[in-house]
Amino acid sequence: MRTFLRIASSVYALAIYGFIFLPVVVLVLFSLQATSFPIPPFTGPSLRWYEAVLSDTRLTSALVNSLLVAALSSAAAVTLGFLSAWGFARFHLPGSALLRGLITLPLTVSYLIIGMGLLVLFNWAGIPKSLISAGIGHVVINLPLCFAIIYSQMGDHQINIERAARDLGAPEWKVLLLISVPVMAPAIFAGFFLSMTFSWDEFVISFLLTRFDTTLPVEIWNLLRSGLNPKTNAVGSLVFAVSIVLVVLFELTLLRKKPA
Amino acid sequence: MSITENNGQALPRADRALPWALVTPALGWTLLFFVLPFIAMGLSSLTAHDGGAFTLSNYSEFFTNPSYWQAMVNSLQVTAIVTVISVLLAYPFAWILAEQVPERWQRLALMLAVLPFWTSYVVRSYSWLLVLAQNGVVNRALTGSGLFNEPVQLANTRLATVIGFVHFFVMLLTLTIFANLKQLSPSYRKAAADLGAGPVRTFLHVVLPLTLPGIMVGAFLTFVLCIGDYITPQILGGNNELLMPQLVMMQIGRRGDFPLASALSIILMAVVTVAYLACARWLKIERA
Repeated sequence: MRTFLRIASSVYALAIYGFIFLPVVVLVLFSLQATSFPIPPFTGPSLRWYEAVLSDTRLTSALVNSLLVAALSSAAAVTLGFLSAWGFARFHLPGSALLRGLITLPLTVSYLIIGMGLLVLFNWAGIPKSLISAGIGHVVINLPLCFAIIYSQMGDHQINIERAARDLGAPEWKVLLLISVPVMAPAIFAGFFLSMTFSWDEFVISFLLTRFDTTLPVEIWNLLRSGLNPKTNAVGSLVFAVSIVLVVLFELTLLRKKPA
Repeated sequence: MSITENNGQALPRADRALPWALVTPALGWTLLFFVLPFIAMGLSSLTAHDGGAFTLSNYSEFFTNPSYWQAMVNSLQVTAIVTVISVLLAYPFAWILAEQVPERWQRLALMLAVLPFWTSYVVRSYSWLLVLAQNGVVNRALTGSGLFNEPVQLANTRLATVIGFVHFFVMLLTLTIFANLKQLSPSYRKAAADLGAGPVRTFLHVVLPLTLPGIMVGAFLTFVLCIGDYITPQILGGNNELLMPQLVMMQIGRRGDFPLASALSIILMAVVTVAYLACARWLKIERA
């Protein structure tokens, strides 16, 4: 019975791993395809499609746009998230639970609806579609995430350090900048890198709110119209590599906990 | 109400503004770019396409036009199928990771299981297209092995949409169910064993009921993300049958009909809210 269970478990786990990895392996493998179609049989290896991607100015500028929007919107989300988390953790405000709920509310709404709402609003207000509009949407989806991560990591032990600084005559902004920010740095970086991965990969909001200059997922979407194409595989593999780097940074910053 | 520090001390009058100065930017952003757009969408849904007066025609169009109605039925069917299959596939997998894999390998095993999570979402759907296409990997394997003479139509079908979704949600549910299983105190299982229950009975009568709230939370998450997603059905399902998000995007893209798109979005949100209320019992237990 026991050995049977072990064997059955291993077979099942391998099957699921196979299912989970199948598309990724196919993507990366055929990005190295030498011929023009990403289909079997495999004729590689060749880096020509990576060269094609890197010499495609539409794709490279979309890549730069994506990184820029991700970095700036994440910085904004993490700043707003940190300030509000600090405010809610340190002070009892009237209606505080309700207000915290309001900040985390966008987490429960699909990106399509958030993008739609902004599109209707900006359309009415006469604000043109741009990377900035998309960036505003990215802050909306990442602010609750940053807030939740940072708020959950606000421990009581930090209060005493802050109080000591205040007793020694530090003004409030100095306490915030020189004490709280460094103490909370792991949570702040974790929030930042996690929002980076979400913003970097976000499609629907960028699709709805940008027009000429756009982000990489939208540009990849445009590439898909030309059918199966090894260039898409190559750019997809590159996106995967960047995401993995961001996720590793997130893991390292959140898990590098100091002894409490 | 007065504003106090969280040790109960009242703030000096001069510092009263400080807490509000800290939380106002985030609240303002949420009000301006989340609540206000939602109100704008609500108002827009009550206007006619060619502008002008208040009307309920966008909503009545949804309920009377069978093709719109059909999109909602399709969405609900696909979402239900995806949620059930994903839970059924993910639960045993999470159980194996939590129970059968040695402790020191668990983190690595879990990280590997969610690694493809971090590929671009658009690219992940496209990768399934590579796998399922007429001359793709699966069809090559099927015809090459002599099982089938003709390639099978897999891409641009509901099956392809379901496969793409299940791929995503198996990873997500594995995470949530794994966390749930790890939180379970081993003493419950020991107690069941001491009272003479075999492994199967222990699982059915102790482990499964105790992890049910976690499953419900994961299933709810699957429901919300699945029913609101545009990318996977658009890339993998093609335009043979429309799901709700595709219908919404179509109103904007092809027809520029913002009021109808707004009304359809609001109906979609209403369905999610109903699902939330239906699961509220389990979702609340989880939060407590």
